[in-house]
Amino acid sequence: MTNTDHIYNILQEVPDPEIPVINVLDLGIIRKVEFVNEKLEVTITPTYSGCPAMNVIEQTIREKLISEGYQNVEIKTILSPAWTTDWLTEEGKQKLLKYGIAPPVGSSSNKSTLFAEEKVVGCPQCNSNNTTLVSEFGSTPCKSLYKCKDCLEPFDYFKCH
Amino acid sequence: MKENLLLDYLLQLGDNALVLGQRLAEWCGHGPILEQDMAITNISLDLFGQTRNLFQYAAKVEGKGRTEDNLAFLRDAIQFKNVLLVELPNGDFGRTIVKQFLYDAYNFLNYTALLNSTDKQLAAIAEKSLKEVTYHLRFSSEWMIRLGDGTAESHQRMQTALDDLWMYTGELFEMSEVEKELVKTGVAVDLEKLKSDWSKKVREICDEATLKVPENGWMQKGGKTGVHTENLGFLLADMQYLQRAYPGQQW
Repeated sequence: MTNTDHIYNILQEVPDPEIPVINVLDLGIIRKVEFVNEKLEVTITPTYSGCPAMNVIEQTIREKLISEGYQNVEIKTILSPAWTTDWLTEEGKQKLLKYGIAPPVGSSSNKSTLFAEEKVVGCPQCNSNNTTLVSEFGSTPCKSLYKCKDCLEPFDYFKCH
Repeated sequence: MKENLLLDYLLQLGDNALVLGQRLAEWCGHGPILEQDMAITNISLDLFGQTRNLFQYAAKVEGKGRTEDNLAFLRDAIQFKNVLLVELPNGDFGRTIVKQFLYDAYNFLNYTALLNSTDKQLAAIAEKSLKEVTYHLRFSSEWMIRLGDGTAESHQRMQTALDDLWMYTGELFEMSEVEKELVKTGVAVDLEKLKSDWSKKVREICDEATLKVPENGWMQKGGKTGVHTENLGFLLADMQYLQRAYPGQQW
Protein backbone atom coordinates (compact mmCIF):
# COMPACT_ATOMS: atom_id res chain seq x y z
CA MET A 1 0.00 0.00 0.00
CA THR A 2 1.45 3.37 -0.96
CA ASN A 3 1.32 6.25 1.41
CA THR A 4 -1.49 8.15 -0.28
CA ASP A 5 -3.63 5.00 -0.30
CA HIS A 6 -3.25 4.98 3.47
CA ILE A 7 -4.32 8.62 3.61
CA TYR A 8 -7.45 7.88 1.55
CA ASN A 9 -8.29 5.08 3.98
CA ILE A 10 -8.01 7.52 6.87
CA LEU A 11 -10.14 10.11 5.07
CA GLN A 12 -12.89 7.54 4.72
CA GLU A 13 -13.31 7.83 8.44
CA VAL A 14 -13.88 11.58 8.38
CA PRO A 15 -17.64 12.17 8.28
CA ASP A 16 -19.62 15.19 7.16
CA PRO A 17 -20.59 16.71 10.53
CA GLU A 18 -24.10 17.60 9.32
CA ILE A 19 -24.77 14.33 7.51
CA PRO A 20 -22.61 11.83 9.42
CA VAL A 21 -23.51 8.84 7.24
CA ILE A 22 -21.34 10.11 4.40
CA ASN A 23 -17.61 10.79 4.55
CA VAL A 24 -15.54 13.48 2.89
CA LEU A 25 -14.65 11.19 -0.02
CA ASP A 26 -18.32 10.37 -0.69
CA LEU A 27 -18.97 14.10 -0.70
CA GLY A 28 -16.33 14.67 -3.38
CA ILE A 29 -14.59 17.54 -1.63
CA ILE A 30 -11.11 15.98 -1.49
CA ARG A 31 -9.38 17.30 -4.60
CA LYS A 32 -5.79 16.17 -4.07
CA VAL A 33 -3.62 14.26 -1.63
CA GLU A 34 0.14 14.44 -2.03
CA PHE A 35 3.43 14.45 -0.19
CA VAL A 36 5.55 17.52 -0.91
CA ASN A 37 9.00 17.33 0.71
CA GLU A 38 7.94 15.29 3.73
CA LYS A 39 4.81 17.42 4.14
CA LEU A 40 1.39 15.95 3.56
CA GLU A 41 -0.87 18.29 1.59
CA VAL A 42 -4.59 17.63 1.41
CA THR A 43 -6.52 19.93 -0.92
CA ILE A 44 -10.22 20.37 -0.30
CA THR A 45 -12.94 22.45 -1.93
CA PRO A 46 -15.98 23.89 -0.12
CA THR A 47 -19.48 22.71 -0.98
CA TYR A 48 -21.10 26.10 -0.36
CA SER A 49 -19.18 29.32 0.42
CA GLY A 50 -20.95 29.77 3.73
CA CYS A 51 -21.26 26.15 4.81
CA PRO A 52 -20.30 26.13 8.51
CA ALA A 53 -19.40 22.43 8.26
CA MET A 54 -16.29 23.26 6.23
CA ASN A 55 -14.30 24.56 9.20
CA VAL A 56 -15.21 21.50 11.23
CA ILE A 57 -14.30 19.20 8.36
CA GLU A 58 -10.91 20.84 7.92
CA GLN A 59 -10.18 20.55 11.63
CA THR A 60 -11.34 16.93 11.79
CA ILE A 61 -9.15 15.94 8.83
CA ARG A 62 -6.16 17.57 10.48
CA GLU A 63 -6.75 15.93 13.86
CA LYS A 64 -7.40 12.54 12.31
CA LEU A 65 -4.19 12.64 10.26
CA ILE A 66 -2.13 13.82 13.23
CA SER A 67 -3.55 11.05 15.41
CA GLU A 68 -2.48 8.56 12.71
CA GLY A 69 1.07 9.84 12.97
CA TYR A 70 1.20 12.42 10.19
CA GLN A 71 2.58 15.41 12.05
CA ASN A 72 3.41 17.63 9.11
CA VAL A 73 0.02 18.31 7.52
CA GLU A 74 -1.29 21.19 5.48
CA ILE A 75 -4.92 21.51 4.45
CA LYS A 76 -5.30 23.69 1.37
CA THR A 77 -8.56 25.08 0.02
CA ILE A 78 -9.25 25.70 -3.65
CA LEU A 79 -12.40 27.29 -5.09
CA SER A 80 -11.99 26.44 -8.77
CA PRO A 81 -13.24 24.23 -10.27
CA ALA A 82 -16.23 24.82 -8.04
CA TRP A 83 -17.69 21.83 -6.24
CA THR A 84 -20.64 20.17 -7.88
CA THR A 85 -22.99 17.42 -6.74
CA ASP A 86 -21.78 15.48 -9.79
CA TRP A 87 -18.78 14.65 -7.59
CA LEU A 88 -20.87 12.81 -5.02
CA THR A 89 -19.99 9.12 -5.30
CA GLU A 90 -22.64 6.52 -6.16
CA GLU A 91 -22.00 4.97 -2.78
CA GLY A 92 -22.53 8.37 -1.15
CA LYS A 93 -25.87 8.77 -2.94
CA GLN A 94 -27.04 5.36 -1.71
CA LYS A 95 -26.03 6.24 1.84
CA LEU A 96 -27.99 9.49 1.65
CA LEU A 97 -31.08 7.69 0.43
CA LYS A 98 -30.86 5.12 3.21
CA TYR A 99 -30.49 7.94 5.72
CA GLY A 100 -33.73 9.57 4.48
CA ILE A 101 -32.27 12.29 2.25
CA ALA A 102 -33.17 12.12 -1.44
CA PRO A 103 -29.94 12.28 -3.48
CA PRO A 104 -29.54 14.75 -6.37
CA VAL A 105 -31.52 13.86 -9.48
CA GLY A 106 -29.72 14.29 -12.81
CA SER A 107 -26.67 16.39 -13.49
CA SER A 108 -25.94 19.83 -12.12
CA SER A 109 -25.54 21.11 -15.68
CA ASN A 110 -29.22 20.42 -16.37
CA LYS A 111 -30.53 23.79 -17.55
CA SER A 112 -34.12 22.89 -16.72
CA THR A 113 -33.34 23.74 -13.10
CA LEU A 114 -32.83 27.41 -13.98
CA PHE A 115 -36.36 28.64 -13.49
CA ALA A 116 -39.03 27.09 -11.35
CA GLU A 117 -39.19 23.80 -13.20
CA GLU A 118 -39.63 20.95 -10.81
CA LYS A 119 -37.91 17.65 -11.34
CA VAL A 120 -39.17 14.30 -10.16
CA VAL A 121 -37.65 13.56 -6.77
CA GLY A 122 -38.54 10.21 -5.23
CA CYS A 123 -39.66 10.09 -1.60
CA PRO A 124 -36.95 8.39 0.46
CA GLN A 125 -39.60 7.05 2.87
CA CYS A 126 -42.14 5.39 0.57
CA ASN A 127 -40.48 5.62 -2.91
CA SER A 128 -43.43 7.53 -4.35
CA ASN A 129 -42.70 9.99 -7.16
CA ASN A 130 -45.75 12.02 -6.21
CA THR A 131 -43.75 14.70 -4.40
CA THR A 132 -43.62 18.48 -4.41
CA LEU A 133 -41.02 21.14 -3.71
CA VAL A 134 -41.78 23.15 -0.56
CA SER A 135 -38.70 25.38 -0.62
CA GLU A 136 -35.42 25.44 -2.51
CA PHE A 137 -33.72 26.28 0.78
CA GLY A 138 -33.65 23.73 3.58
CA SER A 139 -32.04 22.96 6.91
CA THR A 140 -28.50 23.24 5.49
CA PRO A 141 -27.20 25.08 2.39
CA CYS A 142 -26.98 21.83 0.41
CA LYS A 143 -30.60 20.76 0.82
CA SER A 144 -34.08 21.69 -0.41
CA LEU A 145 -37.29 20.86 1.36
CA TYR A 146 -39.78 18.49 -0.29
CA LYS A 147 -43.06 16.92 0.71
CA CYS A 148 -44.45 13.54 -0.30
CA LYS A 149 -48.08 13.76 -1.36
CA ASP A 150 -48.64 10.03 -0.80
CA CYS A 151 -47.15 9.32 2.62
CA LEU A 152 -47.43 13.04 3.55
CA GLU A 153 -43.95 13.08 5.09
CA PRO A 154 -41.68 16.07 4.52
CA PHE A 155 -38.14 15.18 3.47
CA ASP A 156 -34.78 16.71 2.57
CA TYR A 157 -33.48 16.67 -0.98
CA PHE A 158 -29.74 17.06 -1.57
CA LYS A 159 -30.04 19.62 -4.34
CA CYS A 160 -28.12 19.68 -7.60
CA HIS A 161 -25.41 22.25 -7.51
CA MET B 1 -0.21 50.77 -5.91
CA LYS B 2 -1.75 47.96 -7.92
CA GLU B 3 -2.16 45.91 -4.74
CA ASN B 4 -4.05 48.75 -3.07
CA LEU B 5 -6.43 49.02 -5.97
CA LEU B 6 -7.15 45.31 -5.84
CA LEU B 7 -7.59 45.51 -2.08
CA ASP B 8 -10.12 48.32 -2.45
CA TYR B 9 -12.00 46.43 -5.13
CA LEU B 10 -12.17 43.26 -3.03
CA LEU B 11 -13.43 45.27 -0.06
CA GLN B 12 -16.07 46.89 -2.23
CA LEU B 13 -17.33 43.50 -3.39
CA GLY B 14 -17.06 42.01 0.10
CA ASP B 15 -18.80 44.94 1.79
CA ASN B 16 -21.81 44.56 -0.49
CA ALA B 17 -22.11 40.89 0.44
CA LEU B 18 -21.47 41.46 4.16
CA VAL B 19 -23.91 44.33 4.64
CA LEU B 20 -26.69 42.66 2.66
CA GLY B 21 -26.06 39.38 4.51
CA GLN B 22 -26.32 41.18 7.84
CA ARG B 23 -29.57 42.86 6.78
CA LEU B 24 -31.08 39.55 5.70
CA ALA B 25 -29.98 37.93 8.97
CA GLU B 26 -32.35 40.33 10.74
CA TRP B 27 -35.15 38.17 9.35
CA CYS B 28 -33.91 35.16 11.31
CA GLY B 29 -36.84 34.05 13.44
CA HIS B 30 -39.11 36.73 11.92
CA GLY B 31 -39.87 35.35 8.46
CA PRO B 32 -43.51 35.30 7.36
CA ILE B 33 -43.46 31.50 7.36
CA LEU B 34 -40.80 29.02 8.43
CA GLU B 35 -39.72 28.07 4.90
CA GLN B 36 -39.14 31.67 3.87
CA ASP B 37 -37.38 32.42 7.14
CA MET B 38 -34.98 29.59 6.29
CA ALA B 39 -34.63 30.68 2.68
CA ILE B 40 -33.67 34.22 3.61
CA THR B 41 -31.19 33.10 6.25
CA ASN B 42 -29.70 30.56 3.81
CA ILE B 43 -29.12 33.41 1.37
CA SER B 44 -27.61 35.43 4.20
CA LEU B 45 -25.26 32.54 4.96
CA ASP B 46 -24.19 32.29 1.31
CA LEU B 47 -23.42 36.00 1.33
CA PHE B 48 -21.33 35.68 4.49
CA GLY B 49 -19.42 32.81 2.88
CA GLN B 50 -18.75 34.94 -0.19
CA THR B 51 -17.64 37.78 2.08
CA ARG B 52 -15.18 35.45 3.80
CA ASN B 53 -13.65 34.35 0.49
CA LEU B 54 -13.30 37.98 -0.61
CA PHE B 55 -11.96 39.24 2.72
CA GLN B 56 -9.50 36.37 3.14
CA TYR B 57 -8.12 37.23 -0.26
CA ALA B 58 -8.14 40.95 0.58
CA ALA B 59 -6.19 40.29 3.79
CA LYS B 60 -3.65 38.29 1.82
CA VAL B 61 -3.32 40.96 -0.87
CA GLU B 62 -2.81 43.63 1.77
CA GLY B 63 -0.28 41.48 3.62
CA LYS B 64 -0.15 43.60 6.74
CA GLY B 65 -1.43 41.08 9.23
CA ARG B 66 -5.08 42.11 9.18
CA THR B 67 -7.49 39.18 9.04
CA GLU B 68 -10.95 38.71 7.54
CA ASP B 69 -12.39 39.39 11.00
CA ASN B 70 -10.48 42.67 11.36
CA LEU B 71 -11.88 43.78 8.03
CA ALA B 72 -15.45 42.94 9.00
CA PHE B 73 -15.51 44.07 12.60
CA LEU B 74 -12.94 46.83 13.00
CA ARG B 75 -13.67 49.26 10.20
CA ASP B 76 -15.96 52.27 10.54
CA ALA B 77 -18.85 53.23 8.27
CA ILE B 78 -16.78 55.66 6.19
CA GLN B 79 -14.37 52.82 5.35
CA PHE B 80 -17.16 50.62 4.02
CA LYS B 81 -17.57 50.82 0.25
CA ASN B 82 -20.88 49.01 -0.26
CA VAL B 83 -23.62 50.49 -2.42
CA LEU B 84 -26.42 52.28 -0.54
CA LEU B 85 -29.08 49.84 -1.72
CA VAL B 86 -27.84 46.98 0.47
CA GLU B 87 -27.74 48.99 3.70
CA LEU B 88 -31.34 50.22 3.51
CA PRO B 89 -33.72 48.86 6.16
CA ASN B 90 -35.63 45.69 5.30
CA GLY B 91 -39.12 47.12 5.70
CA ASP B 92 -41.79 44.46 5.21
CA PHE B 93 -41.16 41.14 3.48
CA GLY B 94 -42.18 42.61 0.10
CA ARG B 95 -39.72 45.48 0.34
CA THR B 96 -36.97 43.05 1.34
CA ILE B 97 -37.76 41.00 -1.76
CA VAL B 98 -37.72 44.02 -4.10
CA LYS B 99 -34.36 45.13 -2.69
CA GLN B 100 -33.02 41.60 -2.98
CA PHE B 101 -34.25 41.16 -6.54
CA LEU B 102 -32.76 44.45 -7.75
CA TYR B 103 -29.45 43.45 -6.18
CA ASP B 104 -29.52 39.77 -7.20
CA ALA B 105 -30.12 40.70 -10.84
CA TYR B 106 -27.02 42.91 -10.66
CA ASN B 107 -24.99 40.44 -8.59
CA PHE B 108 -25.68 37.59 -11.01
CA LEU B 109 -24.43 39.63 -13.97
CA ASN B 110 -21.46 40.99 -12.05
CA TYR B 111 -20.22 37.54 -10.99
CA THR B 112 -20.86 36.18 -14.48
CA ALA B 113 -18.60 38.91 -15.87
CA LEU B 114 -16.02 38.31 -13.12
CA LEU B 115 -15.57 34.73 -14.36
CA ASN B 116 -13.38 36.36 -17.02
CA SER B 117 -11.38 38.48 -14.60
CA THR B 118 -7.66 38.42 -15.29
CA ASP B 119 -7.18 37.91 -11.55
CA LYS B 120 -7.39 34.13 -11.17
CA GLN B 121 -8.38 34.04 -7.52
CA LEU B 122 -11.15 36.58 -8.09
CA ALA B 123 -12.41 34.51 -11.03
CA ALA B 124 -12.42 31.42 -8.79
CA ILE B 125 -14.42 33.24 -6.10
CA ALA B 126 -16.85 34.36 -8.81
CA GLU B 127 -17.23 30.79 -10.09
CA LYS B 128 -18.09 29.58 -6.59
CA SER B 129 -20.41 32.50 -5.79
CA LEU B 130 -22.29 32.43 -9.07
CA LYS B 131 -23.74 29.00 -8.35
CA GLU B 132 -25.23 30.35 -5.14
CA VAL B 133 -26.38 33.67 -6.57
CA THR B 134 -28.26 31.77 -9.30
CA TYR B 135 -30.47 30.36 -6.54
CA HIS B 136 -30.87 33.78 -4.95
CA LEU B 137 -32.03 35.39 -8.16
CA ARG B 138 -34.54 32.62 -8.79
CA PHE B 139 -35.91 32.95 -5.26
CA SER B 140 -36.34 36.73 -5.38
CA SER B 141 -37.71 36.64 -8.96
CA GLU B 142 -40.39 34.14 -7.99
CA TRP B 143 -41.44 36.21 -4.99
CA MET B 144 -41.52 39.39 -7.09
CA ILE B 145 -44.05 37.67 -9.33
CA ARG B 146 -46.01 36.06 -6.52
CA LEU B 147 -46.42 39.25 -4.52
CA GLY B 148 -46.56 41.71 -7.42
CA ASP B 149 -49.24 39.69 -9.16
CA GLY B 150 -50.84 38.73 -5.83
CA THR B 151 -53.54 40.57 -3.95
CA ALA B 152 -54.34 44.27 -4.32
CA GLU B 153 -52.57 44.85 -1.00
CA SER B 154 -49.39 42.92 -1.89
CA HIS B 155 -49.28 44.52 -5.34
CA GLN B 156 -49.55 47.98 -3.85
CA ARG B 157 -46.78 47.34 -1.34
CA MET B 158 -44.45 45.91 -4.00
CA GLN B 159 -45.05 48.84 -6.34
CA THR B 160 -44.41 51.36 -3.55
CA ALA B 161 -41.20 49.57 -2.56
CA LEU B 162 -40.04 49.46 -6.18
CA ASP B 163 -40.74 53.18 -6.62
CA ASP B 164 -38.93 54.04 -3.36
CA LEU B 165 -35.88 51.87 -4.02
CA TRP B 166 -35.41 52.80 -7.66
CA MET B 167 -33.25 55.84 -6.91
CA TYR B 168 -30.68 53.51 -5.34
CA THR B 169 -30.19 51.38 -8.45
CA GLY B 170 -28.14 53.93 -10.42
CA GLU B 171 -25.17 53.48 -8.12
CA LEU B 172 -24.90 49.79 -8.98
CA PHE B 173 -23.55 50.82 -12.39
CA GLU B 174 -21.61 53.90 -11.30
CA MET B 175 -17.90 53.17 -11.72
CA SER B 176 -15.64 54.13 -8.83
CA GLU B 177 -12.10 55.38 -9.53
CA VAL B 178 -10.82 51.98 -8.42
CA GLU B 179 -13.07 50.17 -10.86
CA LYS B 180 -12.13 52.47 -13.73
CA GLU B 181 -8.45 51.70 -13.16
CA LEU B 182 -8.92 47.96 -12.73
CA VAL B 183 -11.10 47.62 -15.83
CA LYS B 184 -8.03 48.63 -17.86
CA THR B 185 -6.19 45.48 -16.77
CA GLY B 186 -9.25 43.26 -17.02
CA VAL B 187 -9.46 42.66 -13.27
CA ALA B 188 -12.72 44.51 -12.61
CA VAL B 189 -16.05 44.44 -14.40
CA ASP B 190 -17.05 47.21 -16.79
CA LEU B 191 -20.42 47.95 -15.18
CA GLU B 192 -21.61 50.02 -18.11
CA LYS B 193 -21.81 46.80 -20.11
CA LEU B 194 -24.08 45.11 -17.57
CA LYS B 195 -26.72 47.78 -17.51
CA SER B 196 -28.81 46.78 -20.51
CA ASP B 197 -28.94 43.12 -19.44
CA TRP B 198 -29.94 44.21 -15.96
CA SER B 199 -32.70 46.48 -17.27
CA LYS B 200 -33.94 43.68 -19.48
CA LYS B 201 -34.11 41.21 -16.59
CA VAL B 202 -35.82 43.71 -14.30
CA ARG B 203 -38.37 44.56 -16.98
CA GLU B 204 -39.06 40.91 -17.76
CA ILE B 205 -39.78 40.03 -14.13
CA CYS B 206 -41.69 43.24 -13.40
CA ASP B 207 -43.88 42.68 -16.46
CA GLU B 208 -44.75 39.21 -15.24
CA ALA B 209 -45.32 40.60 -11.75
CA THR B 210 -47.65 43.29 -13.18
CA LEU B 211 -45.38 45.94 -11.67
CA LYS B 212 -44.52 49.18 -13.41
CA VAL B 213 -40.78 49.82 -13.84
CA PRO B 214 -40.17 53.36 -12.53
CA GLU B 215 -38.77 56.16 -14.71
CA ASN B 216 -35.09 56.93 -14.21
CA GLY B 217 -34.89 60.16 -12.23
CA TRP B 218 -32.46 61.45 -9.63
CA MET B 219 -30.16 58.66 -8.50
CA GLN B 220 -28.62 58.50 -5.04
CA LYS B 221 -24.96 57.58 -4.74
CA GLY B 222 -22.08 57.78 -2.31
CA GLY B 223 -21.63 54.29 -0.90
CA LYS B 224 -18.68 53.45 -3.09
CA THR B 225 -16.79 56.46 -1.76
CA GLY B 226 -17.76 55.83 1.86
CA VAL B 227 -20.59 58.37 2.05
CA HIS B 228 -23.45 56.34 3.48
CA THR B 229 -27.01 56.75 4.69
CA GLU B 230 -27.47 56.89 8.44
CA ASN B 231 -28.64 53.27 8.32
CA LEU B 232 -25.17 51.78 7.94
CA GLY B 233 -23.92 53.10 11.29
CA PHE B 234 -26.74 51.40 13.17
CA LEU B 235 -26.19 48.16 11.28
CA LEU B 236 -22.47 48.18 12.09
CA ALA B 237 -23.10 49.08 15.72
CA ASP B 238 -25.17 45.94 15.98
CA MET B 239 -22.83 43.71 13.96
CA GLN B 240 -19.57 44.94 15.49
CA TYR B 241 -20.74 45.32 19.08
CA LEU B 242 -18.98 42.29 20.51
CA GLN B 243 -15.57 42.96 18.97
CA ARG B 244 -15.77 46.63 19.93
CA ALA B 245 -16.77 45.94 23.53
CA TYR B 246 -14.47 42.94 24.02
CA PRO B 247 -11.60 43.32 21.54
CA GLY B 248 -10.18 40.02 20.31
CA GLN B 249 -12.95 38.00 21.94
CA GLN B 250 -13.36 34.47 20.56
CA TRP B 251 -15.60 31.48 21.12
